Amino acid sequence: MKDDFEKLLDQQPEKEPEPQERPALRDIPVREELVPRTVTAPDGQEIRIDPLQDYYCQAGPTVQTPAYTRIIEDLFNWARAESLWILGFGTGCGAIEMRPLMTPRFDAYRYGIQWRPTPRQANLLVISGYLSVKTLKRAIRSYEQMQNPKYVVGLGSCTINGGMYWDSYNTIKRLDDYLPVDLYITGCMPRPEALLQGFDDLKKLIRAGKAEGANKYAENFERYKTNQKRVIKDWDMPDYSW
Amino acid sequence: MSFEWIMIPYSLLTLFIVINYGLLLTALMQKIGARVGRRHGIPIWQNYIDLLKNYSIRSSITHGVMFYLGPVFRLTGGVGLLLFVPTIFGSEMFSNLSFAGDLILALYFIFFGSLGMALGAGESGHPHSAIGVSRGLSQVTTSELPFALAVFAVALQYQTLSVNDIVAAQQGGVMNWTLFTNPLAVAAAMLSFLGSMMRPPFDVVLAPQEIPIGPPTEYHSSYLALMQTNRVIFPIAKMVVYMNLFFGGAASWPVFFLKIFLIYFFSLFIGVVFPRFRVEQSVRWFLIWAMPLGIAAILVV
Ligand code: SF4
Repeated sequence: MKDDFEKLLDQQPEKEPEPQERPALRDIPVREELVPRTVTAPDGQEIRIDPLQDYYCQAGPTVQTPAYTRIIEDLFNWARAESLWILGFGTGCGAIEMRPLMTPRFDAYRYGIQWRPTPRQANLLVISGYLSVKTLKRAIRSYEQMQNPKYVVGLGSCTINGGMYWDSYNTIKRLDDYLPVDLYITGCMPRPEALLQGFDDLKKLIRAGKAEGANKYAENFERYKTNQKRVIKDWDMPDYSW
Repeated sequence: MSFEWIMIPYSLLTLFIVINYGLLLTALMQKIGARVGRRHGIPIWQNYIDLLKNYSIRSSITHGVMFYLGPVFRLTGGVGLLLFVPTIFGSEMFSNLSFAGDLILALYFIFFGSLGMALGAGESGHPHSAIGVSRGLSQVTTSELPFALAVFAVALQYQTLSVNDIVAAQQGGVMNWTLFTNPLAVAAAMLSFLGSMMRPPFDVVLAPQEIPIGPPTEYHSSYLALMQTNRVIFPIAKMVVYMNLFFGGAASWPVFFLKIFLIYFFSLFIGVVFPRFRVEQSVRWFLIWAMPLGIAAILVV
């Protein structure tokens, strides 16, 4: 299995491939809508479409440095810290501990923490527990669609070292290999109080300007991608989801 | 009314006051809603922070020209509506750029924002946006109908299309308010009001739990911040129209704040009590319950 996969990795061309070369890659099972195809336009013209090339932006992420003077950046960092919008994305058992935060007993809204349904508007991705390879794919796409600056919190021991799934055949072990984690909250599973404490620590990191995960991701893009592709066998998505 | 340059800074001052009041009021309403659910709710200044946060996002992506213009149109709708109706009756300073016949313009502005939003969200290419827009437009259109009827009834009643004159006709005691002189029109308009406030039971379009958040799915950073700004201006602008047409207008800021709060509270009150309608249910509801009231209001006048 591993050899097969390395073969696949070798086939990943360095530069943008010629259309004729692409079918060689198609040993990877690809979703139907992503298969290159030829369509006939209403005026009879034949158009060749390679969805992965044509429908997606090919550029990678760029590093976005703090653009303003110290004082304004500090103000912005404070605002970012006090307005954490969590992407409503639950993986693993830990997701169950996020729900009490929205309810009267723990009520995280008091601390400026809100849940947003779309990655575009969120700035905090909470990986709440074990991450199966299949979910990792979705987590990566969601993470990449969030806008800089963005933060990742790993919840529970599963995200740190695999936890009780350390020898599982289809979960990843160290989340930090695949996404730039700003903060871990330990426990199996952590209580809502631990989460609140964790968010509080994250706020401190953000205020200090130390939570630059998005830039880390952009700087080490190659490494993260290699790691991600090492476990995701059916990589049928663009390298970076804008 | 003749134009003078001093009106521009005066209107900007109105805008400034309304934005701040809107930010606080929206948070307060959310807090009240949270208290009903026995939560503490967001801090009262949370909206300011969210706004600042969204303006401070470093990267943003665009889907085309209309995607830019969508939030701008929307903001234009809100600000335009606010600026062309008198905010404080009888005050030279805060009657803004109102003129005879501004009622028609106001009606137009109320719809303008939704159209801009529809175009912008459509260009984002996200299926959720497209579905959200079609659901939103059908709901807003049907909920606007009773309001338009009520407005015509009121215009007929006072024989004028100027908001200023309508307010003037309602001065001199509570019993002169349209609320008591033409209750049918007010009832129709208040039902329509529920539909346009994007609160339960008619918030299926924008509710985060439904097809994720509807039209603004793809909007982020400054775009979203613009839309948030509009989200606080537009309801207030709309309530100013309601206050002027039906509740005797306001002669000073404290009265203004109080009346706006009460009108907003009306929709919040309904919202926390009743569950959410689906779009086709709410369309039917408006056509069955609110429309006949509006028609009756016109007939009675
Ligand atoms: S850390 Fe424990 S509770 Fe959390 S996902 Fe892993 S096994 Fe489940």
